[in-house]
Amino acid sequence: MALYTETVMDHFMHPRNVGEIENPDGVGQVGNAKCGDIMKMYLKIKNNIIEDVKFETFGCGSAIASSSMATELIKGKTIEDALAVTNKQVVDALGGLPAHKLHCSVLAEEAIKAAVKDYYDKNGIEYDHSKFPDCAGCEGACCMV
Amino acid sequence: MQVYADNAATTKMSQTAINAMLPYMERIYGNPSSLHSVGQEAAEALQSARETIAKCLNASPNEITFTSGGSEADNQALLSAAWLGLRKGKKHIISTAFEHHAILHTLKRLEKEGFEVQLLDVGPLGNITAQQVADAIREDTCLVTTMYANNEIGSILPIAEIGAVCKEKGVLFHTDAVQAAGHLPIDVKAQNIDMLSLSAHKFHGPKGVGVLYARRGVPLTSLIEGGAQERGKRAGTENIPGIMGMAAALQDACEHMEANAVHVSHLRDRLIEGLSQIPHSALNGDPVNRLPGNVSFCFEGIEGESLLLLLDSKGICASSGSACTSGSLDPSHVLLAIGRPHEVAHGSLRLSLSEWNTDEEIDHILAEVPWVVEYLRNMSPMWKDLISGRKPFIL
Repeated sequence: MALYTETVMDHFMHPRNVGEIENPDGVGQVGNAKCGDIMKMYLKIKNNIIEDVKFETFGCGSAIASSSMATELIKGKTIEDALAVTNKQVVDALGGLPAHKLHCSVLAEEAIKAAVKDYYDKNGIEYDHSKFPDCAGCEGACCMV
Repeated sequence: MQVYADNAATTKMSQTAINAMLPYMERIYGNPSSLHSVGQEAAEALQSARETIAKCLNASPNEITFTSGGSEADNQALLSAAWLGLRKGKKHIISTAFEHHAILHTLKRLEKEGFEVQLLDVGPLGNITAQQVADAIREDTCLVTTMYANNEIGSILPIAEIGAVCKEKGVLFHTDAVQAAGHLPIDVKAQNIDMLSLSAHKFHGPKGVGVLYARRGVPLTSLIEGGAQERGKRAGTENIPGIMGMAAALQDACEHMEANAVHVSHLRDRLIEGLSQIPHSALNGDPVNRLPGNVSFCFEGIEGESLLLLLDSKGICASSGSACTSGSLDPSHVLLAIGRPHEVAHGSLRLSLSEWNTDEEIDHILAEVPWVVEYLRNMSPMWKDLISGRKPFIL
């Protein structure tokens, strides 16, 4: 389909890092069922490095592709590098998304942040709360840009 | 294997329709308004097409207005009836919550112009009763407009009964028959239909051409000003090739309606039975009283667009009412109108068949859909919440 770039279709048809990590160090879930997309990201963190990452997504083709690309962008990176990943980077790495699908890339960025936030919370690590989306499941509000 | 199962969106043109069009592009390309013989030959063809279509609807030729399609016909029908009502001080319009957007958006426009629009609630099987219409009609009601059959869930409305109610109460009745024409019997007299819209490309005719039937005595307002074509009700040189293709396609569809319905509903019922085996799925619409070619399901825990993309990769062309396929945040207003919650409506699949689909194609669809649904469920956190019992199943 010409709706999506080849890279989007590749990540949709062959998603990377799909699944669940048992006993993860951090888990984040964003989006909600009412709006039609939920992303859940699992992190395994050792020495400040994201050793492993997996995702589960309920959503459209671009939501699945955005999740897949986001996991590739942060795997093996430091937490700081992972937190620096923006939705624009996800979009660029996918070779672009249709305008009405950009919110999927926003969800991917938020899923990373939500998972790191969970890791910080679990380990009592101090952090700047203003830099994390207040998006515990985003119930009640559809995130749209 | 390529399986086209999106015939409610549009159909492949029939060879009959194509053959009917070609002479009007190659040889008889005149303007029907021209005096010379090439023009007059086109004018005669136009008249014969009008007669053919009128006959299919049990209407008179001068009650047929050619339009650019179903949307234009719907717009013109509603605006004509509303402005007619306005002159009599009647500003109440009755419709249903699950009409096509060509109706709903025109009604929104009329609301902005000061009309009061009442949308009837749709039952869980996608039904409206004539009694609901009767109860809603008031002294100041100028129009009742309900579709003949729903484009997404295939349920068929009791058009003849609604028509009888409207006739008794003296209210104009319009039906959007875009999904019904060529597939279900239409008799504008027996069904008491004052106005009816249809579109050629839904029954193997060409795109960009349709019909607005308006009973004699129902004055239409022109939406496109210009020449005196279509008795001054629709300006612009007539789309003769399109009209010829439409007439041939409609005649063909009406002649083979019963045989087509037997074959197509057999395929439909095979699909419904097969897809019903998928756990936590549900058929949308009325299981019995439905269009011969319509299959509509909701699958819990997945999203429709990703389902369509995967099916497309397996050669299956289908459609969905998910928000992601509509380009908006909300899933299909039709699925919401029959009471499907948002999260379930996102996981919808519509397969719409024609007489050219085969049993082998149904086998292919039935082989692919279940594992695609399972594959998507396996990567869905929502599905995990459901099977682990953290959230209750809806379906």
